[in-house]
Order: sequence, then structure tokens, then C-alpha cells
Amino acid sequence: MSISADNTKFLQIQDVVKDFGGYKAVNHVNLDIAKGEIFALLGSSGCGKTTLLRMLAGFETPTSGRIVLNGQDLAGLPPYERPLNMMFQSYALFPHLTVWDNIAFGLRRDNWPRDKVAERVEAMLKLVQLGKYAKRKPHQLSGGQQQRVALARSLAKQPEMLLLDEPLGALDKKLREETQIELVNIIEQVGVTCVMVTHDQEEAMTMASRIAVMSEGRFLQVGSPSEIYETPATRFVADFIGNVNLMDGSVTVDEADHVIIDTADCKHYVGHGITGTQGMPVTVALRPEKIALQREKPADEYNCVAGAVQELSYFGSETVYRIKLASGMVLCASVANTERHRESAFTWGDTVWATWSPQAHVVLTQ
Amino acid sequence: MESSKSSRWKPSWWRGRTAVIGIPYAWLLLFFLAPFLIVAKYSVSEMGAIMVEDVAHVVDGAVKLSIKFSNYVFIATDRLYFHSYMASIKYAFFTTVFCLVIGYPFAYFMARAKASLQPTLLMLVMLPFWTSFLLRVYAWKGLLDEGGWVANLIVWLHFDRVLLAIGVIEAQGQLMHTSFSLVIGMTYTYLPFMILPLYANLSKMDLRLLEAASDLGATPWVAFWRVTVPLSFAGIIAGSMLVFIPCVGEYVTPELLGGPTTLMIGRVIWDENFSNNDPPMASTVAVVLVLLIVVPLAIFNKYQAEAQEKRK
Amino acid sequence: MKTRTLFGTNFAKGFGRAWLAGGFLFLYLPMVTLMIFSFNHSRLASHWGGFSLEWYRKLADDTEIINGLWLSLKIAVTSATGSVVLGTMAAFTLVKYKRFRGRTFFSGMVNAPLVMPEVIQGLSLLLMLVAIQRVIGFPERGMFTIWLGHLMIGMSYAAVVVQSRLTELNPQLEEAAMDLGARPWQVFTLVTFPMITQSLISAWLLTFSLSLDDVVASAFLSGPGATTMPLVIFSRARLGLDPSVNAVATVMIVVVAICVAVASIWVARAERRRAAEISAAARDDS
Repeated sequence: MSISADNTKFLQIQDVVKDFGGYKAVNHVNLDIAKGEIFALLGSSGCGKTTLLRMLAGFETPTSGRIVLNGQDLAGLPPYERPLNMMFQSYALFPHLTVWDNIAFGLRRDNWPRDKVAERVEAMLKLVQLGKYAKRKPHQLSGGQQQRVALARSLAKQPEMLLLDEPLGALDKKLREETQIELVNIIEQVGVTCVMVTHDQEEAMTMASRIAVMSEGRFLQVGSPSEIYETPATRFVADFIGNVNLMDGSVTVDEADHVIIDTADCKHYVGHGITGTQGMPVTVALRPEKIALQREKPADEYNCVAGAVQELSYFGSETVYRIKLASGMVLCASVANTERHRESAFTWGDTVWATWSPQAHVVLTQ
Repeated sequence: MESSKSSRWKPSWWRGRTAVIGIPYAWLLLFFLAPFLIVAKYSVSEMGAIMVEDVAHVVDGAVKLSIKFSNYVFIATDRLYFHSYMASIKYAFFTTVFCLVIGYPFAYFMARAKASLQPTLLMLVMLPFWTSFLLRVYAWKGLLDEGGWVANLIVWLHFDRVLLAIGVIEAQGQLMHTSFSLVIGMTYTYLPFMILPLYANLSKMDLRLLEAASDLGATPWVAFWRVTVPLSFAGIIAGSMLVFIPCVGEYVTPELLGGPTTLMIGRVIWDENFSNNDPPMASTVAVVLVLLIVVPLAIFNKYQAEAQEKRK
Repeated sequence: MKTRTLFGTNFAKGFGRAWLAGGFLFLYLPMVTLMIFSFNHSRLASHWGGFSLEWYRKLADDTEIINGLWLSLKIAVTSATGSVVLGTMAAFTLVKYKRFRGRTFFSGMVNAPLVMPEVIQGLSLLLMLVAIQRVIGFPERGMFTIWLGHLMIGMSYAAVVVQSRLTELNPQLEEAAMDLGARPWQVFTLVTFPMITQSLISAWLLTFSLSLDDVVASAFLSGPGATTMPLVIFSRARLGLDPSVNAVATVMIVVVAICVAVASIWVARAERRRAAEISAAARDDS
């Protein structure tokens, strides 16, 4: 494979494997990341995402495979010689150094002249708005401030790529939301290519332009947040991201522009063709927010099902209903509360009809 | 497969690593292991006129080994040695028990004292710890000798009759150079070694566990025995090993506070080497002593390793 | 019901206080008695002959003790420094390098001197040094051999102290340093070393005082003209009560007390300041 320096393949991960004595933490992974992208590796703990990130940083070496950054093969390069920098989960700020010295650390290791160091540190402090805190030590800063110092420190050397390890893990919810946006703004302002690792879907979907869902060392799906959400490739991915209703059934009518699928409780009219055959077993995936609820029986015989309200959870912005269907399956429907003080239309025990549009399905074969 | 073997960029790592491991390792092999092997060798050697004879001689072109186990046989048969080993273990055991009985509640109440008070309390325990143990042992000479005020107090309370009855002193009124003075002296000296690990353990205990126990219906007394004590077990082992093992081989305290009836094995080794000028015999006694404490030593080493792991 | 206490609150508080008081009394009365009797005009423990400073005056002329002290200090300073260097290397080895041949063996050898009876350590080192001397004619028993013995024992204590600090360190700090361009040696000098400085000092003080105080190993390893202060004190104490010993003891106890008090206050103050800074920072989370 030729080493090209074109911008859509700024980082190339080529068939990388990491084997820990028989246990494959990373199992034949391939990926191309474009310059300027913010890319997220999403998965639960133990899926191999952190190991992959550490291989990019140089703290682990791949058992086999190649990592190429901007045309340069990273094999054999120790972390201190790689043109990328990492922001650690625990921030890893040097406790015995001031904020100023923390940020200057990397610049000094490259023997920058003093005035250039000062110039760059000031610029970084301005970028993260911590100018006033330059002389403080890390323990004198709050969590959010420490994170900004860590970010400034990792951007100081203008790395070709920035690695983020669970960047928002240590913050509480309110702070997390604000920081997410701030973080993305700074990264885009600087224009650096970014690979982040997270187990938090919200974080990945808000911050990244593309996501790779990882499990057991493999990529299950790589795509933009909306692709992954609305067009999951497998049951696992559909279930992993957000909430989903999964109904198993088989194809009874297979046409070019529509298919009909019979599942245990209802019939689905899917408004697009699928690659498959009549009689094929499939799973229909339906997101809760795509389901509307009404008391009256709908006119159509497809895309609707009746059930009894088993649970309802009020979340302020929406109400989530769990509806028990005839087969015993529980359907999850989420209804936005578009009016104030509307008496919840349905209550426990009510019989309701759930309906959805023919475009709402995702048909899965895996 | 060790990950470092597959990396190609660690040559400087390797050089540094070899030195960092190698230097202390070499030092220990030379100054800890080699001496032990020499002691073992001496224990099976002949004692010549002034020097210890070699174990291996070349006689008529062939190598002749003169290993004699007579020292070991002697120890096994002579009542004096057996008695000394048993006495050493006995005294060390009682010292450990007393240190635990006094030290555990002490450490416990220290750990449960007001947070602002604890640094001061710790400092007050540190002071005896840092003071020369020789001087602290010597202090008891002044207290228990004829006319010393603790001796007087004991006699005045007729407590010495109790001690005589138990058999820890020889004659009424004479409290010095007895089992009593020895064990008190050793307990006194080693007490900080029991308190400090226990305190370290107890002060780090999560008090919410006691709250949970209370919530589930345990009285404080029950919670103590079923929650606090089991959790402090590691500290108990650490403190006990730090007291018991060195105590078995104690020399200074028995020499200053003990008497002819309290012969401990440390004294035996000392005398064999210095008074009898018989290093092989001293070595034999030492080897047997090491064998005796090898089990507690292994327990201690295991505890140390586990404690390091847990700290991460 | 207060869960902090053993029985009912009041009983436990009272019991606790009594036990602590009793314990401290037990710990301190012997030392205080020792110090008081150093001012006793009479040599006897049973009889108070009036307040006197004569033993202290005699101390100033006591060349045996003064020479012993001087020798002990020299040995203590050098063996403490050596112990810290060797002990730190051993600590690093045990913390950083998880897999190398003979690791358990190495760990055993590092930890054993902590508890091994000193008679065994003294005897074994003596025999080995004698054997070496027979072959290469060096070393003569004296200050150097005592120093070796103290170094041997001190290394283990230093290793334990430094090891506990090293395991607390966040490994990501060293990775961050490497990520930012620091080579392994720079990682040590710029990041690791500054963070373990306090434990290095503790280790030094600990091994210093152990060396200063050592009797048994010193006795086995000393030679003519190399009598350390503890050996002087020990030989005098063996003969019986000696007020000159009381005087030396008082001086040493006072010095140690001052050092411990100063160190404790300093550390406590630094801790309090740090805690205040941390809570102040948490409050103005922006």
C-alpha cells in the first residue's frame, strides 16, 4: 500500500492488531481519518479503544499492522518523537509546576528560545481564557480549569494530531455540556485533527464528525453520528446507541420499492426496498421518538400495534411510555411534552395504539 | 509476550533499566545472599586452630569434602540450645501479644480521635519511635533496679507476689534480670512498631462501612468485631510480624534487662562468636534460627507484596 | 447512635481517653524518669541526692563518648545517603518493572532485612568480610565495615519508604511528560524526582537515625578504634546504671524531640495550606 499524504487519509490505521499474550485487545482494525476531522472511538470499557489510542500515542506498540500519520510511518517512534499530543483522562498536570510551566513544558523539551516560549504560552492561555491563573499550581484550580490547562498544554506544540482520552469523564453533567461545546470550538479554531476515546454516546455524537463504534477489538460501524443513529448496521450498534425497539420477524412481501415484514405483534410496511429475499429472517429496529401514541384504532393495518401502558417516566422534556404488547414484548415510545400542563394523555393500564411512519424503520439482518 | 520485547525503540530504556535493576540486585546478591551462603558453609565446617578450615580440599589429586554436621547434631541434642530457641519464641510471642493488646486499642482510639488532634497524637507516638531504642531499654533499668520507683511501686502493691506466683520473677522484690523485666522491656521498645502500622490501617478505614453496619442493625460492639477488626487484619499481621520476627533474635534487651534464666538465641549467637570464638557454631545456631523464622518471614513478604498492590 | 465509637458514646469516649492517656504515660514515663535522673547528684536510682549538672559537665570532657558521637555521625550521614540511593533504585525496580527474572527473589531480599534479627545480619556480613579479607587483604574491620552493614540494613528501609510513594504516583504523569517530548532521563529528573523529594528526605532521616542508633550490627562489624557511640553507651549500660548515660540520653531525646516537633508542625501547616487552596479553587469553578 502506498503511503500517500492526501488529506482524506491524514491518519491511516492499517490492519492493526494488539495481542496481549493470546488476548486480542485490538483485532485487525482499519481506518482512515481525514485532516481536520474530529473522530470518536466509542465503546464500553474493555472494547480496545484505549489500547488503540495508546498505540497512536506510542505507549503501546502494535503486534502487527501499521500506523501512518501524514505520510510518516510511526513504527519505531517513541512517544517523545511523535508529532502528536495527548490530553489524559486525569489531566496529568505536573503538580509541582505552575500553569505557565505546565504549558511551557513541551516547548522547553524542544529547546525553544525563551521569548518564543513566552509568546506561545501567552497565546495558549488566551485561547483557553486562563490568563489570570498563570502562576497558580494545579491543586489551586477547579476541575474545569485544570482541564483547560491540560488542553492548552497539549495544543502548545501545534501537534499534527490531538488525542483525547475520555475528555469529559471527570466533569459533572452541567459542566460537561458547556465544556463539550467549548472544547469543540477551540479544536476547530485551532484546526487540529482530533481522535477521541469515550464510552459516553452523547459526548461522541455531540463532539465528533465521525464515530467508530467498537466492541471486542473490532469496529462494528464507522460513520457520522446521524448515520450511526438512524442507520445502524447491526443489532448491537442499534442497541448500543440510544434506545431502540427491536422486533424479529420475516419478510413476507419483497418488492423493489417496499417490503412487508411480519413480526410477532404487527405487520410492518417499510417504504423502501431492501437487499434480501422473501422469507428472510430480519429484525426491525424502531426508535422510540418515531412512535406516536393515540387512543383510537388507526385506519391502516400496517405500522401500528395496540398495548397496555405498563410504565411511564416523566423526564420533563419528554415522557417515555413502556407499552406491553400481546406477545409480551415491551414497546418503548417517547413523546415530547409540547404543551405545558397537558394532563398526561395516558396513564397506567390504559390501552393505546402506537403508530409510526413507513420511513421510520431500519431493517437489520445482523 | 512481554510488550517491551516487541518494541524497537527502547534501546535507551534497556540501558537505563539494566542499571536500575542490576545495581541493587548485584548489591543484594553480594551483601545479603552471599553472606547467608557463607554462614551456611561455616555451619558445616571444621573449626581450625585460628581460622575456619575450607570445606573442600585437594588431597592426592582428588577433591575431598570435609563437611561435618556435628554442630547440627550438637544443637539437636544439647538441652541448652533447644531451651534457648524455645525461650526466644516464647518471649517473642508474649511480647507480640502484649504489644497487640496494648497497641490495638491505642491505635484504634487514635484513629477515631478528632481529626484536628490526630497529627499531634501521631507526633507523640513518633517521638519514642525516633528515639534511640538502646536508651529506651536502658530507661527501664533505672525503673526496675533495686530502689527504682517502678520496682518500689510494684513491691508496695504486693504485685511482686503475683509475679512470683506466675513464675516470671525469681525472688520477691527482685524485679530486674527476670522474665518480667525482659518482656516489659521488649514490649516497651517494640510498641511503636505495632501502633504505627495499625494506625495507618485504621485511619484509612472507610467509616461509612460502620454506618452501613449500624443501619443493618449491628451494635457498635458487634460492628467492631465483625467489620473493623477483619478490615484491620492486614495491619495486625504487619505489626505482629514487625514485632515478632526481630524479637526472636533480640540481643540488646535480654542483655540489659534479662538474666541468666532468660537466655535468648541472639545472646547464644553473640557468645558463640565473641566469647567462644567459634564462628561455625554461631553459624549453625544462626541457620537454625533462620529456618525457624522462615515461615513468619514468608508471611511478612507476602503481606508486603499485597500491600503494594493494594495501594495502586 | 454514633457509629464512631465502640460502646455508648460517653463510655467509649472516656475509655478511649483513658487508654490513650495510659498508653502515652507508659511510653513517656521511662524516658522522663531517665531525663530527671540525669540531674541526680547521686549515682543511685533509689536515692535523690539533689539537683546537679555535674554529669553534663563531665560529658563535655568525655572523650570516649565524643569520639564515638563523631564517628557515629560520619557513618550515619554517609550510610543514609548511600541507603537512599540504593533503596530508591530498588524501589523503582519493584514498582516499574513487573516482569524480570527473579523478581520475587529480589523482592524477598529487599524486604528481609526489615525484620531479620540483627545478630544474623551482623554475623553473616562479618563472616563474609573476613573471608574477603583473607583473599584480597581488604577490608580491615572498622569504620568502613560498619558503614557497609548500615548501608545493607538502611537500603531496605529506604526502599520501603520510597516504594510506597512511587506506587501512589499517577503513572499518567510520566506518560504525559514523554508525550510532550521528554526523554526517559528527563522524565525522571523533571517529573518523577521532584514528586518523590519528600519521601527521599523521610527515607534519609529514617536511615540516618537507624544508623546512629545501631548496636548489634556495629558490634559484629567494628574493629579497633572504631567504637560508635551506641557501642560506648552499651558497654557502660551493661555494667550498671551510669549517670553519664542518662546525660547523653537526655541530650539526644531533647534533640530528637525538637526535630520531630518542628517537622510535624511544618508538615501540618503545609497540609492545611494546601487543603485550603484546594477548597478555594473548587468554590470558584468557572
